[in-house]
Amino acid sequence: MVDSKHQWKAWLYLAPAIVLLLIFTVWPIINTLRMAFLEGYTTAKEANPFIDYEFTVGIGNFVRVIQYPGFMTCLQNTILLCVLTVPISTFLALLIAVALNSIKPLQRLLQTIFFMPYVTNSIAIGMVFAAMFNMIIGGSARPDSVGIINNVLEALGFEYINWMNAGSEYWANIVVMVVYIVWNALPFKILILLGGLQSVNKQYYEAARVDGTPKWRVFTRITIPLLSPMLAYVIITGFIGGFKEYSSIVGIFGESMGPVGNDYALDTMVGFIYRAIGNQEGTASAAALILFAIIFVVTMINLAVSKKSTHY
Amino acid sequence: MSEIKTMRDRDMQKVSAQQSVMKVLGKIVVYAFLIIMAIIVIFPFYWMIISSLKEMNEYRRSVPTLFPEVIDFMNYVEVFTNEDLLLGQLFYNTVLVGVVSTAGGLVITVLSAFAFARLEFKGKNALFAALLATMMIPGELFTITNYQTVFMWGWIETYRVLIIPFMVSVFYIYLLRQNFLQIPNELYLAAKVDGCSDLKYLWKVMIPLALPTIISITILKMMGSWNSYMWPRLVANDDAHRLITNGLRTAFTNAEGVTDIPVQMAAVAVVSLPLFLVFIFLRKYIMKGVSRSGIKG
Repeated sequence: MVDSKHQWKAWLYLAPAIVLLLIFTVWPIINTLRMAFLEGYTTAKEANPFIDYEFTVGIGNFVRVIQYPGFMTCLQNTILLCVLTVPISTFLALLIAVALNSIKPLQRLLQTIFFMPYVTNSIAIGMVFAAMFNMIIGGSARPDSVGIINNVLEALGFEYINWMNAGSEYWANIVVMVVYIVWNALPFKILILLGGLQSVNKQYYEAARVDGTPKWRVFTRITIPLLSPMLAYVIITGFIGGFKEYSSIVGIFGESMGPVGNDYALDTMVGFIYRAIGNQEGTASAAALILFAIIFVVTMINLAVSKKSTHY
Repeated sequence: MSEIKTMRDRDMQKVSAQQSVMKVLGKIVVYAFLIIMAIIVIFPFYWMIISSLKEMNEYRRSVPTLFPEVIDFMNYVEVFTNEDLLLGQLFYNTVLVGVVSTAGGLVITVLSAFAFARLEFKGKNALFAALLATMMIPGELFTITNYQTVFMWGWIETYRVLIIPFMVSVFYIYLLRQNFLQIPNELYLAAKVDGCSDLKYLWKVMIPLALPTIISITILKMMGSWNSYMWPRLVANDDAHRLITNGLRTAFTNAEGVTDIPVQMAAVAVVSLPLFLVFIFLRKYIMKGVSRSGIKG
């Protein structure tokens, strides 16, 4: 079928995509590598028409990123949020998907409700969560309003907690973020897992039933193994997304990335990169490559683990 | 199959009364769990709407009302008339950028997917593999250089800086190519014999057959521009070109950092409304597109 007359046509159709990708995808990859390994690189220095800077090649940018005091906070927050939210959301999504798959009436309605958070703006709904956790401080010792989440806690007999206002503690801020990120992550995971469950061959369950296998064994010995490719998939995409966490924090805390008086307490890797854009390109590039390396390694570990435990 | 049926009948007879009680209890637990989770999932939307209808005095109460005592639309009036927010301009900018970048992106995606799926040329597989490899790289890495590029070109605070740099997505090319490959090649050869041009074939046969995928891509791309935050914040944060998500985040907070939450909730509701309409009417395509492509918009 190779028709040399048509070769130029194929390239013509591909031309717009290739031009755009060369400028905005391929060049950035090359340029990021270049900037990251040029000592003390900034665009301003390179573009300076009066002084001809000679950058030496080295790993100074990487060293500077790691030594920067804020960077470890960013790394810690990113990893902590990842490690907390991925297992919680995967486990909850699995429970919901299995439960949804086992019912007939209301299945479609509930499925629709569980998908709703997917179609939202993460900044906008973050602001709603912030309002739910937020206290309105008045003149008296007790805030005018402690927020609906605290109202529920008090109704259950607990004391109210300063979740995210000035003076709030780190663990409380993290809880708010975990609640929001899990809420946000559920629909995608439920959709994928439910799709997987619905394509499982019914004969396995039929056979287990005939043998009188207990429900829990059916779940651990049939459902989980057959679902393992989808589980691996949602866990891997969960980690990749988790390492790029940023806009959900802006949604809740605003661009200060932390409660009032404690700016950047919840800053992340992506937040770090974004703030270095436009002034410290060498540092930003080094940080972006570190982020890429982390995502790459975690994905490879995930793939290796899932290859061992996945049953196709 | 009939053997299984009779076995099932025998099984059913064996089920004792105690077991069926357990079964009903099990169902109750499952439904209770699902309904509680559904309420948790839906509650933020409910809270957004009722808070947006409350007066500030009612919102501040220490014991909150689950339904506003006085339904007050003043918050919405405030959202539409606020001179710092400029909601009309935000809507206009976002819709313009969304429509143009989606339309342009679709044309480019369809043409390249067609070339990869149907045409033969040297280096096709290598090029395709190279494109796929770029998908592994986090987008933040591109942003650093793209900011330099658009800055150098003087594109800061223009519409084109919002439309062009992220117009093509390798992912959608991949998705559509996979769909095009499912269309039998014989159709293409027959069309060629009949003297049908490539573009006509693409328009009359391929696009109609791949329409569900194309619709999914369109919706996801539109939602992407509606929700995009970081790039617009970086390159076009002026009144004339600001996009909606970006405008929303900073509005309604005064100099002391105190937020008028009911008005803010009204603004969030207004921004969320188009997404809900899309969800209600086009849910099928979104769910299909998401489950097939596995991306987070």
